[in-house]
Amino acid sequence: MALELRSIHKHFGAVRANDGVTLEVQEGELHGVLGENGAGKSTLMKVISGFIEADSGEVHLHGERLALQSPDDAIKAGIGMLHQDPLVFLPLTVLDNFLLGSPGSFRLNRRAGEQALREAADRYGFSFDPGALAQTLTVGERQQLEIARLLWLGARVLILDEPTTGISAAQREKLFEILNRLAEDGMIVLFVSHKLEEIEQLCHRATVMQRGKVVGHVDAPFSSDQLVEMMFGDVVVSEGRPDAALGSTVLELDAVTVSERLTTVEELSLHVAAGEVLGLAGLEGSGQRTFLQACAGLLKPKAGTIRLGDVDLTGRRYRNFLDAGVHYLPAGRLEEGLVAGMSIAEHFELTSGNASFFVDWNGAEAAATRDIEHHFIKGTKESVAESLSGGNQQRLLLAMMPDDVRLLLMEHPTRGLDIESADWVWTQLLARRESGTAIVFASADLDELLRYSDRIAVFFSGNVLRIVDAGTTTPDELGFLIGGKESVP
Amino acid sequence: MEVIAGIVAAATPLVYATIGETISEKAGVINLSLDGSILLSAMTGFAAAFVTDSVIIGYLAAMAVSAVIALIVAVTSIELRLNQIAVGFVLFLFARQLALFLGNSYVGVNGPKVPSWDIPLLSEIPFVGTVFFQHNISVYGSFVVIFFAYWFIYRTRPGLVLQGVGERPEAAFARGVPVNRLRYLYTVVGGAMVGMAGAAVSLDQIAGWREGLTTNVGWIALAFVIFGGWHPYRVALACYLYRALLFVAGEFQVQFPDLVQVLTQLPFLLMILMITVINTEWFRRLGDRYPRWRNFLASAAPSGSGQVFVRE
Repeated sequence: MALELRSIHKHFGAVRANDGVTLEVQEGELHGVLGENGAGKSTLMKVISGFIEADSGEVHLHGERLALQSPDDAIKAGIGMLHQDPLVFLPLTVLDNFLLGSPGSFRLNRRAGEQALREAADRYGFSFDPGALAQTLTVGERQQLEIARLLWLGARVLILDEPTTGISAAQREKLFEILNRLAEDGMIVLFVSHKLEEIEQLCHRATVMQRGKVVGHVDAPFSSDQLVEMMFGDVVVSEGRPDAALGSTVLELDAVTVSERLTTVEELSLHVAAGEVLGLAGLEGSGQRTFLQACAGLLKPKAGTIRLGDVDLTGRRYRNFLDAGVHYLPAGRLEEGLVAGMSIAEHFELTSGNASFFVDWNGAEAAATRDIEHHFIKGTKESVAESLSGGNQQRLLLAMMPDDVRLLLMEHPTRGLDIESADWVWTQLLARRESGTAIVFASADLDELLRYSDRIAVFFSGNVLRIVDAGTTTPDELGFLIGGKESVP
Repeated sequence: MEVIAGIVAAATPLVYATIGETISEKAGVINLSLDGSILLSAMTGFAAAFVTDSVIIGYLAAMAVSAVIALIVAVTSIELRLNQIAVGFVLFLFARQLALFLGNSYVGVNGPKVPSWDIPLLSEIPFVGTVFFQHNISVYGSFVVIFFAYWFIYRTRPGLVLQGVGERPEAAFARGVPVNRLRYLYTVVGGAMVGMAGAAVSLDQIAGWREGLTTNVGWIALAFVIFGGWHPYRVALACYLYRALLFVAGEFQVQFPDLVQVLTQLPFLLMILMITVINTEWFRRLGDRYPRWRNFLASAAPSGSGQVFVRE
């Protein structure tokens, strides 16, 4: 009895996203699917969950061939998928999210639904307020809601696509605990990730994919070197942070209070020196973004002062912050950083600072071609921003950054990037740091924070709980701080 | 009392139009052709009733015409992935011109009219009876439509799915919902309801056909769907409020005849003011303070409206 995939093919245009994928997962197995971005993992999972139809190939569950034409077919066969960005309805309540799409009577019985929600939540140790709006939940909680819902609907195969992106360390522990329990109960769990350590920690067996094909299957215990070699063909060694001499103070905050909708950062005092890397840790929405936006000049503080070098920028316009050498790269690369529909060449021209009325497109395109090569962007000067992968969008954003940046503010510099792109990003950032740029970045990735920061400011519900030295802090300590605990028990 | 009853009756076409559009937009399809649809269905409804001497056939014809226009919006948006706004606007112009052209021979003709019918017992209740139950089927139907739309959207399972389809189609699809099939269904149902607005004008309120008969009711309805936060009760409230304001403005006109042009525009100014108020942070927070009223107080458009849902 098992889930069997036989020779799945799926192409998008000229790209073969899945090129003859064959895979078998036994009951009670926690099966990892590993591969870098664009390896075809998500496509494969969407095929199994009926979200997209394969061009050819067969899916068998418990010896029976499934006709997967829509998610409805998959749900009826007991296959449930948790998408990378949990597909909840933000303005609806938790309860309505739980009930939407479930079978039952014409008239909605919310009382019975609430009972079912409570039972499902209790079974897995979640707690929800049924009347709360889904938009008030953290990504981790939205995920828990989706898991509870899928299991309540009778899923016997659970697919999780990069489930640890954007959730807290505590929520991750909880998730792993539940997945282990489900496997013990005989469920089939497919766990998609590009993070080696997670696969190693959690899975019984793993399939490694590369360019739409299965490279091989490996049983636990895994060897990291072997997995990496299967993923990339050769071993990537990521270098740590070289020591750099710190210069004079670039950014100085004195008792700054700033708030944005639900988050308030209160009386924060902090300074960052030239050539320093300050990491911002904490659960999503603990104030890191609010802090960064205040430093970027996008939010006006209610109290306190923000100084850049010798200049007091408190309450000044965004333009003044830019002129002072502040550069902000937000988390939404396509939404906030780039312009969808515009090509790479147009992006470069837009940020070139050329003041002439007419655009010299020949010159601009030549410059764009040069920049594309120089920054290893996979795309042409005509490629529009949304056609680029996450890694290449980040490369474009970095390529567009002016040379004289004194303070670089970044959110999730490598979120969703494969190891190669992530390494490239940090090589660029560290080179900037060598030349005296101060870097402040927020990240949910503990390894990234510890590896590249000089100091780490840990945010907890709007306040900086503590600022620690990255060199002497362990991941466990950092994890506990992020969870709001001052010391390791 | 008669005044209030008059206001309630006068708002009937607007109610049909706004509730119909609310249903369509809840599913994620914006039908901008509303004003043209109403005019064409008013003409068709009157013509059909005149020829057959049956008000019922007039209503059915009006609904059918408007449903077909809505279907065109749905097909061009879902199958051809055209911009809903552009298609809707062109359809508005087309339907309006078609109504004027085809309706030429019916101008000034006397036709059948929806008969008045006091609801037994209920109409004898003091005040309430006069205001609500001494009208005709067309007006009673508008009450039913308001309550049913509310009940369906917020109290039934298909209604919850409808909200999901307009809010985040890919998430609804992931839950096994046939997104585009439902969009067809609700756009056509909403369109048919819009057709009733036309019939309510030409077979009840004005009872006849001439150019400009429906007095821009479609455009006003589009604005009131937004003002009403896509909630049937609030949308209906907006319609009644508007008719009440119009009545007050009419009363002032008698006293200040020089200000006729200004006074008839006053309700619109007030509406703009109200839309400003409901979009303030303060109003948005009201829903958090009174969770029971949250749906009623919400002002956000369905996130997926106007968007084409394409499966990868």
